Amino acid sequence: MRLMKAAAINSLGHLALFATILTSFSLFPLSKAAADSTLVTDISSHLISVTSDFTGTELLLFGTIQSDNDAEEFGHDDLVIVVRGPRKNVVVRRKDRIAGIWMNTASVEFEEVPSFYALASNRPVEEITSATSLNRLKIGPVRLGFLSEVPGAESFPFQEAIVRQKSEDNLYSDRETAIHFLGDTLFRTTIDLPANVPVGDYVAEFFLFRDGDLISAQSSPLFIKKSGIGRTIYDFAHDYSVLYGIAANIIALFAGWIASVIYRKD
Amino acid sequence: MTVYLPIAEISVNLFLILGMGGAIGLLSGMFGVGGGFLMTPLLIFVGIPPAVAVATVANQITASSVSGVLAHWRRGNVDFKMGIILLVGGIVGSLIGTWIFTILKSIGQVDLLISLSYVIFLGTIGGLMFFESVNALINVRRGSVKRKKLHQHYWIHGLPFKMRFRKSKLYISALMPLGIGAFVGILSGIMGVGGGFVMVPAMIYLLGMPTTVVIGTSLFQIIFVTINVTLLHSIATQTVDIMLAVLLMSSSVVGAQFGTRFGTKLRGEQLRSLLSLLVLIVCAKLAFDLVITPDDLYSLSVTAGQ
Repeated sequence: MRLMKAAAINSLGHLALFATILTSFSLFPLSKAAADSTLVTDISSHLISVTSDFTGTELLLFGTIQSDNDAEEFGHDDLVIVVRGPRKNVVVRRKDRIAGIWMNTASVEFEEVPSFYALASNRPVEEITSATSLNRLKIGPVRLGFLSEVPGAESFPFQEAIVRQKSEDNLYSDRETAIHFLGDTLFRTTIDLPANVPVGDYVAEFFLFRDGDLISAQSSPLFIKKSGIGRTIYDFAHDYSVLYGIAANIIALFAGWIASVIYRKD
Repeated sequence: MTVYLPIAEISVNLFLILGMGGAIGLLSGMFGVGGGFLMTPLLIFVGIPPAVAVATVANQITASSVSGVLAHWRRGNVDFKMGIILLVGGIVGSLIGTWIFTILKSIGQVDLLISLSYVIFLGTIGGLMFFESVNALINVRRGSVKRKKLHQHYWIHGLPFKMRFRKSKLYISALMPLGIGAFVGILSGIMGVGGGFVMVPAMIYLLGMPTTVVIGTSLFQIIFVTINVTLLHSIATQTVDIMLAVLLMSSSVVGAQFGTRFGTKLRGEQLRSLLSLLVLIVCAKLAFDLVITPDDLYSLSVTAGQ
């Protein structure tokens, strides 16, 4: 699988990167050791172009754990990396058999469901830290806890359906031994972005745990955008929809006429 | 080889799409149906979002219908006068149909209603057509063809505004094709299809047009219906994927040419029996889907973005 060529992020991207790093620290309460260890991380590409020959790509996430402490004070370090796609509202409908025919009966709407969610860790997340902290940090597809107006117990099978179907489409993944440590401090992992990856603003989050405590967290933005002829067509369809419709019809009429001219002699 | 579709936002296999376009184009040129009732489910099956499939298929049908009409026109098999009157009725009907569709959508259950109306209409039309055409085939084989009365009189022949349709060899009230056009328009507005598979049998059995003229004339009026649908979807939903449409067209226009050739080699009752079989197969598939336990009882749909 080839890596997509990375284009330089514009100044706006840098600003967003800076802002998200700042907010990530305030969002996740860190333990006392936080000041001693910091993560330095990067992604192989912050801008992924979806061109007309896009067949999916592989994202390389890597970094190092920097520590001011002496080596003997080290506990056991664990790392969890999450890549999240743009959030969408999703309606889940359930079919029931009524008079022999399967029809939609119940439905639950969920808000802010990530359209993409990939998790990588160096060992199963349940072994890394407690269930409470996993739930709080929303680590793992099953712990995303989508918002809905329907009470938890009732909406749970509907949530499960989202995770199940997104996993089948390769949009949700949970790879529990995908992070490789090179020595004590260097780490790397790859995350597959399939051909059907939704375009939009993504975020990659890095969580560093020591003996089950979150001691450092970082996030960096990632943009997946259409480009080339696909981008042009998409923009044209949305910005000049009337012209687009007329153009589509002219192409169709022309294509039909050309074929009949070519096959005239019979 | 895969191609990324900018509006559908998915990568598809180029040759799969070309093959589908060619096959549907062939059927279109042969039977005078747009093929939307076959193409739309096929596209959804390969992963194209349903809204994009419906809108893009309309665009593709325009191309294959133009290709087919020109081929039929050269053979003198298009009744333009009849086509235009059917079309006027069709436009009025499709406005009513779209309005009904919007109401159904707000109630929910629109998918079920579409499936049910497909099953009912395809089943009835396919079944009647199948028995009629098979009977005709058997009679031909036995050589016991009853010479049809040149002129049968029903109450409909008493309707006012009589018009002469030379190509169709008919002298009937203009209200007939107008009403049929409107009825098919309502159906196609609700079911989101060109309505060829309803229009063709209606022209054969209700209007009494010769099968050869029916196919060209049906394609002629489908062109205008699908041009309208493409334009409306482009403006309202932005779901017409030109990339996908061009791929489908490039093979379906060729398929339509060959379909027309095959079609003209067959007799009316042979064509009708084949079309009725096709309609019955689609009907059986839809009915089966309604009754069989689905793989996953849950379905997702995105309502709003970020």
